[in-house]
Amino acid sequence: MLKLGNAKLKHYINYIAIAIVTLVFGGISLSGSLPFSTINLLEKIAISIILATSLSMVVGFLGELSLGHAGFMCLGAYIGGKASCLLEPVFGNSIVSLIISLIVGGTVAAVFGIIIGLPALRLKGDYLAIVTLAFGEIVRTVFMNSSSESFGGSLGLSTPRYDKKYLFIIAFVLVIICLAVIQNFIRSKHGRAITSIRDNEIAARATGINVTKYKLSVFTISSLFAGIAGVLYSYSNYRVQSVNFDYNYSIEILVMVVLGGMGSINGAIIAATLITYLDTTLQTVLTGNLAVLQDLFYALILIILVIYNNAPSLKTFRTTHNLKSILNKFSKHDPSHRRDDEAKWDRVPTKIEMNEVLSVDIQPTSSTLNPDKKEGK
Amino acid sequence: MEFIETLISGLSMGSTYAMIALGYTMVYGIAKMLNFAHGDIIMVGGYMIFVTMTAIGNPILGLIAAVLFCMLLGVTIEKVAYKPLRGASPLAVLITAIGMSYLLQSTAQMIFGSAPKMVIVADFGNLQLGELKIPIYTLITLGCSFVIMIALSLFIKYTKVGRAMIAVSEDKGAAQLMGINVNGIITITFAIGSALAAFAGFFMLMKSPSLSNTLGAMPGIKAFTAAVIGGIGSIPGAMVGGVLMGVVEAFSLNVSAIAPYTDAIEFLILIIILLVKPTGILGKVRREKV
Repeated sequence: MLKLGNAKLKHYINYIAIAIVTLVFGGISLSGSLPFSTINLLEKIAISIILATSLSMVVGFLGELSLGHAGFMCLGAYIGGKASCLLEPVFGNSIVSLIISLIVGGTVAAVFGIIIGLPALRLKGDYLAIVTLAFGEIVRTVFMNSSSESFGGSLGLSTPRYDKKYLFIIAFVLVIICLAVIQNFIRSKHGRAITSIRDNEIAARATGINVTKYKLSVFTISSLFAGIAGVLYSYSNYRVQSVNFDYNYSIEILVMVVLGGMGSINGAIIAATLITYLDTTLQTVLTGNLAVLQDLFYALILIILVIYNNAPSLKTFRTTHNLKSILNKFSKHDPSHRRDDEAKWDRVPTKIEMNEVLSVDIQPTSSTLNPDKKEGK
Repeated sequence: MEFIETLISGLSMGSTYAMIALGYTMVYGIAKMLNFAHGDIIMVGGYMIFVTMTAIGNPILGLIAAVLFCMLLGVTIEKVAYKPLRGASPLAVLITAIGMSYLLQSTAQMIFGSAPKMVIVADFGNLQLGELKIPIYTLITLGCSFVIMIALSLFIKYTKVGRAMIAVSEDKGAAQLMGINVNGIITITFAIGSALAAFAGFFMLMKSPSLSNTLGAMPGIKAFTAAVIGGIGSIPGAMVGGVLMGVVEAFSLNVSAIAPYTDAIEFLILIIILLVKPTGILGKVRREKV
């Protein structure tokens, strides 16, 4: 009975954890004894979680790199913030105007996701990275140079701020919605199609998966949530300034995804929480020239984690020394006795070597020419 | 007259971009990776010139020191960060390269502080031809980069190492079977690319003497854009793309209405080129082989 419960609990653990956190802090907040700094931190954490999980979809599951996540967030923040300014005389600073601005900001970001994704995702290779990077810079430049009546120019757009007592609760509700959409998408047949594109695009195409359609839909959903995070940002701050959404911010979101583990939603949530917490605490500790230590730390996280997780020469070390095998030594659970129908949803195993699948060698590729791997067919 | 002045300044800026773009495109052609840290090697070169100039005061010695140090740095980065990932997914290599770029920037900030340094390499003044007023440094940049690009083209076309580079970029496995030391060729490519970046750093300091840890970030991204516009992996493409980029930049900076949007215009060109001709101006279409 416990086992059955475990399997189900595993799927919903993140919803439950977030719901409990929201209820606990919501209760304290309504009683009026939650300090302002904690409320601010909770809002930032919720925004970071939305950003990290949505980027994790593109980087971890689709295997494409987007460096313009901050750009989509910037778009959402400005458009949503502008919408909330325009709606304020009609609805006041109410939940109605918040919801409308969320929809407007998210939709505009998603539309731009399609516009940017369409040329970049048709191509193979690292084009998405460079095009999204370019897009982020374009968005920033355009908002920076806008007239003061439209989007505030270099001073930034001043936006209405939602009641601080409730905003973080709304933000966490949005986190749960975001998780529900992304997790159900990833665990559906579409999700398996996406991971198969990541692992081998040619094989995926050969099995009849519409690669461009799937890539585009993932990228669009991801930019939609980045836009929503931007609208939340505009509601939690008095002012939206384009300087805050630079390239470095996109990298910070990428660090969250890499630290949490590629292709792990829960990892992204934990890493987003951790890094946002570290950010706010380190800001008071590391001042002046020491502030750069934080960047150095991020850079080292990126390099060391990626090399450790991906280097082909470290493969045997990884398989013998990972957390799972260490834990297995202590638990009685024998991994060789696995039920056949036990589906592993967290990581859909689709990694297949190309030369195992296709028996026909039309053109010798570099891997077949490698004398170590010479296969006898 | 203004037209010619703008054109020359654009060509000079463009040839600097072309130098950086050559580094990107050579590494992309041979190691099949996007070296994000390339832009920051320019910055390291700039700081090396600054250090030598404050110690000795000779800009030429500064340039030589920068070239040597950047070559060493480029090769070290390749050995430490990129070599262990050979054969891993391109995404992993790309993220490591971004981390490397971030690491170089923050290390430079830690050593030299965040305040920009003033490095006045040399003041050459202007060349007055009737009404035409051309800053001499633009002519030096143009001349030097022209010579370097010709030398590079000849090196690749006529030397054994250069031919080996072409072979490795065509087919790594076949090149290895023909007795080419692929790892050695990749190391040489990184060394040449980094040396070109050091030259670009020198040219940029001649243009404006302010040196900070983000000196190379934006030119690096623009030069990569130039390499993609010209056709990534193609050496003449990088030159054409770089010069085109510089000329567009100079002319759009000259029109006050669109001057603030210069960066946006350049990136928009990239997106349009990718929509219309994804392989770039001089890029070759490669068929995917299974």
